[in-house]
Amino acid sequence: MSTIKMPALSPTMTVGTISKWLVSEGDEVVSGDILAEIETDKATMELEAIDDGEVSEILVQAGVQNISVGTPIIVIGNENNSEKISNVVKQVQSGNEKIETVNSDKITISVREALRDAMAEEMRLDEDIFIMGEEVAEYQGAYKVTQGLLEEFGEKRVIDTPITEQGFAGLGVGAAFGGLKPIIEFMTFNFSMQAIDQIINSAAKTLYMSGGQMGCPIVFRGPNGAASRVAAQHSQCFASWYAHCPGLKVVSPWSASDAKGLLKASIRDPNPVIFLENELLYGEKFEIDNENEIVPIGVGNIVSEGNDVTVVAFSIMVGKALNATKKLAENGISVEVIDLRTIKPLDIDLIIESVKKTNRLVICEEGFPFSGIGSEIIAQVQEYAFDWLDAPIKRVTGQDVPLPYAENLEKLALPQEEDIVNAVLHILNEVK
Amino acid sequence: MVNSTKKNLKVKRKKTGRSVKGSYTNLPGKEELIELYKQMLLIRRFEEKAGQLYGMGSIGGFCHLYIGQEAVVVGMQSVSIDGDSVITSYRDHGHMLACGMDPKGVMAELTGRESGYSKGKGGSMHMFSKEKNFFGGHGIVGAQVPIGVGLAFSHNYKQDGFVCMTYLGDGAVNQGQVYESFNMSALWKLPVVFVIENNKYGMGTSVTRASAGKSLAERGKAYGIPGLEVDGMNIFSVRDAGKKALDYARKGKGPFILEMKTYRYRGHSMSDPAKYRTRSEVDAVRQQKDCIENLKEILQEQKITDDHLKKIDSEIKSNVSVASDFALDSSLPDKKELLTDIYI
Repeated sequence: MSTIKMPALSPTMTVGTISKWLVSEGDEVVSGDILAEIETDKATMELEAIDDGEVSEILVQAGVQNISVGTPIIVIGNENNSEKISNVVKQVQSGNEKIETVNSDKITISVREALRDAMAEEMRLDEDIFIMGEEVAEYQGAYKVTQGLLEEFGEKRVIDTPITEQGFAGLGVGAAFGGLKPIIEFMTFNFSMQAIDQIINSAAKTLYMSGGQMGCPIVFRGPNGAASRVAAQHSQCFASWYAHCPGLKVVSPWSASDAKGLLKASIRDPNPVIFLENELLYGEKFEIDNENEIVPIGVGNIVSEGNDVTVVAFSIMVGKALNATKKLAENGISVEVIDLRTIKPLDIDLIIESVKKTNRLVICEEGFPFSGIGSEIIAQVQEYAFDWLDAPIKRVTGQDVPLPYAENLEKLALPQEEDIVNAVLHILNEVK
Repeated sequence: MVNSTKKNLKVKRKKTGRSVKGSYTNLPGKEELIELYKQMLLIRRFEEKAGQLYGMGSIGGFCHLYIGQEAVVVGMQSVSIDGDSVITSYRDHGHMLACGMDPKGVMAELTGRESGYSKGKGGSMHMFSKEKNFFGGHGIVGAQVPIGVGLAFSHNYKQDGFVCMTYLGDGAVNQGQVYESFNMSALWKLPVVFVIENNKYGMGTSVTRASAGKSLAERGKAYGIPGLEVDGMNIFSVRDAGKKALDYARKGKGPFILEMKTYRYRGHSMSDPAKYRTRSEVDAVRQQKDCIENLKEILQEQKITDDHLKKIDSEIKSNVSVASDFALDSSLPDKKELLTDIYI
């Protein structure tokens, strides 16, 4: 007998959905037969049989959402303990259902859907907007962010490119000069390094170099930062790189509402905008307050109010900061968490205001520490709120190393919830 | 002195077997010939003045002169239509004048004045005029090529019937992004004409030492892009090839490559002593192939009087002086301009 479990079919897949079984109980299968189609966080994949035998039991029916990786889904070969496996599966499923039904009265969408909706809504309003990038059209997006756009807007406006980042980034800049409003997707921002000359020298500087004549209304977007076990060349935060350059706006949302509202704002912005997403957040679901809200660029958000310490974060680090905050609250420590949402222009006023209340500051970012976003915030806070500080400012960042592949080393290299907890405890002890 | 030089020129021409007049059966009418002559002469005199102002310290930084190559951009521009877009790299003064930009504004930009096209913030290499469909003026070798393809993309997207003329030098043809651009423009049949201005030297390195293969016109072969080698010193050859290429692109057949064999008389930039070539090489081209002198002879054959030619010459000189005076009389940009035009 062999029990087949829900496989991990992408680096970030934690759950999957069996969209269709291609075999029924009692069927004879041979190795290589396709058993099912499984929907992952990125694509629909086929599951093949590894062994020959009879399908004795299908443990999870098609359509059941969010089956955790590792959950038994089908048994091939006769065996009497399959009954037991079914029960296990049922338990797992009911657990998942519980998560799904929480707050079901409110609108809940994933960051992935929010981004797609933002683009679709803006494209419906303005014919000059088009999206271009690798696999954005027929494949529906390497991370499914552009799902359905080709069908709705056609190949004139949803364009698959060759693997040619410098070329299509430059093409986008030229199209923007020519009066269009391109959205250029990088499959990941790591590949934007191939195109960085076009982004900085051509997109960011031309308005200035032309004495204000030639703006470049363009959005460069895609996942930024570490994903999961994809190692050094595919895991890097570019917030600090792009924020360094005048002429660019840099946006990096955490929640689905902000992803949607800020992407809409970025598309409408007449300047080049670097829109940094996070692969690990794509599947995360958030309640949305107002579906049609445009979130202005340059405005941070207090996502949790508190009095003892201010914790500033952006993108995936906001979630980690909020979790740390809950742990700290158990010890009676009240943390104020600021989600920057936009890196540049930086909402320094919001940070200063909060620091004046809490007198202590911890800054979290996934990127490297040297010349990071944290460094810039520290410089500005000491300039504008030096007398309000009761302790040295602390940073929680990625380690100053290329991201390692091994699971344990990767975890050590990336900033974790516990690091935020420790940083907060550390600066509170400092003043005693 | 002048006469004897002329005589020599004629003899040399015979020796090389070139006959400017004989090559062209369809010369444009007199008026148009004069207009072409004026435009080339304007660029020549403008650049000479820019060279002088550089020597006087009124123009700073990098300054790349177009002297010698005038037939390329004037010829191309003369067969394009209003609405076609132009983009080039940093040897761009000639392109701007040929696009109809005001010499006063260009010179004022070269001298870093508030009345310059970029308010003094761009300089020689970074000037633009949306009004005249001139999209720069780009300082990074080859970077203008994908941008040009983007302009062509926008023409195609809007179906406006215009073509982007994307100029690049023989140095730029070895940049990777040029081939990314060839590929995408051919894949999507975008209306773009790549005009390679092969002036034989990419900065100080001759084409033969930098580029494999025989012909730059064939660099698009793998992508199915047709190419032509053109005598870029002869404005009529440029026009004939330009018409063909623009027509091809405008009909939706995709990109076209023109390799313009041309020559710059001056160094790569003002600070280049040009030790990589001999004086006699430069002189030979000047004497035998100069685009302006060639056209002047044709005009003479068309019975344009010496007086008329002299009048044109002094008219152009005076325009250039006006531009230079305008530039030098203009103020430096206001201090507050430092912090404007970074964001809209």
